[in-house]
Amino acid sequence: MASMTMIEAIREAHDVAMAADDRVVVFGEDVGFFGGVFRCTAGLQQKYGNSRCFDAPINESGIVGTAIGMAAYGLKPVIEIQFADYVYPAYDQIVSEAARLRHRSNADFTCPLVIRMPTGGGIFGGQTHSQSPEALFTHVSGLKVVVPSNPRDAKGLLLAAIEDPDPVIFLEPKRLYNGPFDGYHDRPVTSWKNHPKGEVPEGAEIVPLGKASITREGGDVTVLAYGTMVYVAEAAAEASGVDAEVIDLRTLMPLDLDTIQASVEKTGRCVIVHEATRTSGFGAELMSLVQETCFYHLEAPIIRVTGWDTPYPHAQEWEYFPGPARVGEALKKVMEG
Amino acid sequence: MSDDFPPLSLNVPEPGCRPGDTPDFSDFEIPRAGAVKRPPVDADPDSIRDMAFSIVRVLNKDGEAVGDWAGALSPDELREGLRHMLTLRTFDARMMNAQRQGKTSFYMQHLGEEAVSCAFSRALRPGDMNFPTYRQAGLLIAGGYPMLTMMNQIYSNADDPLHGRQLPIMYSSKEHGFFSISGNLGTQFVQSVGWAMASAISGDTKIATGWIGDGSTAESDFHAAMVFASTYSAPVVLNIVNNQWAISTFQGIARGGVGTFAARGHGFGIASIRVDGNDYLAVHAVAKWACERARRGHGPTLIEHVTYRAGGHSTSDDPSAYRSKSEAAAWPLGDPIERLKKHLIAIGEWSEDRHTQAQAEILDGVIATQKQAEAIGTLGGGKTPSPRDMFEGVYETMPPHLIRQRQEAGY
Repeated sequence: MASMTMIEAIREAHDVAMAADDRVVVFGEDVGFFGGVFRCTAGLQQKYGNSRCFDAPINESGIVGTAIGMAAYGLKPVIEIQFADYVYPAYDQIVSEAARLRHRSNADFTCPLVIRMPTGGGIFGGQTHSQSPEALFTHVSGLKVVVPSNPRDAKGLLLAAIEDPDPVIFLEPKRLYNGPFDGYHDRPVTSWKNHPKGEVPEGAEIVPLGKASITREGGDVTVLAYGTMVYVAEAAAEASGVDAEVIDLRTLMPLDLDTIQASVEKTGRCVIVHEATRTSGFGAELMSLVQETCFYHLEAPIIRVTGWDTPYPHAQEWEYFPGPARVGEALKKVMEG
Repeated sequence: MSDDFPPLSLNVPEPGCRPGDTPDFSDFEIPRAGAVKRPPVDADPDSIRDMAFSIVRVLNKDGEAVGDWAGALSPDELREGLRHMLTLRTFDARMMNAQRQGKTSFYMQHLGEEAVSCAFSRALRPGDMNFPTYRQAGLLIAGGYPMLTMMNQIYSNADDPLHGRQLPIMYSSKEHGFFSISGNLGTQFVQSVGWAMASAISGDTKIATGWIGDGSTAESDFHAAMVFASTYSAPVVLNIVNNQWAISTFQGIARGGVGTFAARGHGFGIASIRVDGNDYLAVHAVAKWACERARRGHGPTLIEHVTYRAGGHSTSDDPSAYRSKSEAAAWPLGDPIERLKKHLIAIGEWSEDRHTQAQAEILDGVIATQKQAEAIGTLGGGKTPSPRDMFEGVYETMPPHLIRQRQEAGY
């Protein structure tokens, strides 16, 4: 075990995978010599050479498109999109190509590819450095979608994603990079150094895709969250006094419905929290699934707490962000139902 | 400084010829065969800039092969090339008819463009990878891919190698160096560069080829491919098939009123060549030059194949609505099959009788294969792929939600 920030854990996952398999290649904007604007690939070019870790032109469609070609050749590209907000030029390559290649070619060609990108707000990034576009990827058949919430999971899930034979969208909550984040933006936090989830196993231990984690056990209400919102949910549970069970979904596709169902059947209540905009957000899918599978166990309507359906604002960041106060209100309201 | 500016107006390029007009290609500059010199394969792109504005041609109007691009192929190889093009044309004609008979939903033919993919195929080596569009089936025909398998896919029958999931002519064959075709235009162009980069990263000796149409060069992925190919000096041959028409849109809409498609390579420092796409010998010679250049590590080449789409875009298209019916016949680079046939006759290696006989043999072969395929099934009739199959292969391991949906669907 070593104590690490999320950035260090992600860098370590790259290092472990690159050392184990020559086919793993890493590239993206500023990723090579400099090691990425968030430093997630620092030192990899120096260690593995510039044909396995290199800078790419500022062209996201080109980054993903070339990576698809490399994957078809037999490499295992792990690429970085500098911010999730910048992924849209690559959307055609992701949706029409990477996601469908196995199916449309009957596995003649496959696409083992990891597309990493920092997601979410909380760093005053404004509308172009704060978005949470996970629902744009969970809606696409053929993709897997992962959102880690701590250094330990980040390393283990990234290693699992690199091992995976299919394309994986790996969304890294940037507020947690150097974190952690205890749910409140205006209070001091424990550093990852002294945080139990900052303890990261050495070596190649994976965290399997498709398995949620119960981060707080409780009997009254199930809170479904992922990424930064896991900490908000935990803080809201503490502050509100509601005995909430917090589930960190970790992987949105494939989804660990069994864990969700077992918890909601136990608690009979459900609150869904995400930072992304509400309408057609991943919460809508979660709400449908809970309704379809747990309806006869529900004692109150399911509540969503999300970012507002507006562009992510700059100065009003913390009014947009679904913080512990809003989640706490939802917990109280769902208990009244 | 006065401010009496006249009102601005939008320039929308128009083709010279619309339905009812008389085709006029008098502005189309065609250099004589043999006029363009063959540079060394390691030529500095700057030293061959003029090749993006000229056209490499080998066959002259008398059917003779002239100039220093000539002489690469033996009479046997040329006869085989002729046979490939005749096979592709015959296959296309039969499949167009099959679509009209309701045996498949959709078809796209190569009429007039057969030389481009058939001749290029000959310059490749086993293990190289093509990233084609839907109009390069000559790579498969000339590359030895079984025609029965092509027809099984076109008919979406039980032996369709892609199990009915993909459109009829969007083939895929790793074994035959043919990357899975996408209907989203231009995406494959940058993927070919990535495949080539992977070959270089791996210390391999294989190369990739990318293919795109004149219209799709307007896509951002064309630019992306050029940037990446240039930056990493990828071992790739990037081909623009300029067949003059993108469905109903003439090439001037993608190209603007100036320059050539090949000249787009200059801004990227990529060796750029235009070739007579209806001249089997010229396409092969230029392909061979570019493939060797890539394989020897001298970097990418951009080739503009100047040709003409003599048929409709697809079975869903009627070109008489937007271009003159006589335009194809007036196309000054002629027909690729007629030109190669004339050459073989001119050098005493072919005759009208042998040609007629070859056509009949090829037609018999295609009909026999078609009967085999139709005995298995056609779209919606006979033996068809299982509906269960649409749930397979979305991921390597079927996730729980898809298992539930497959059960819900009753498979």
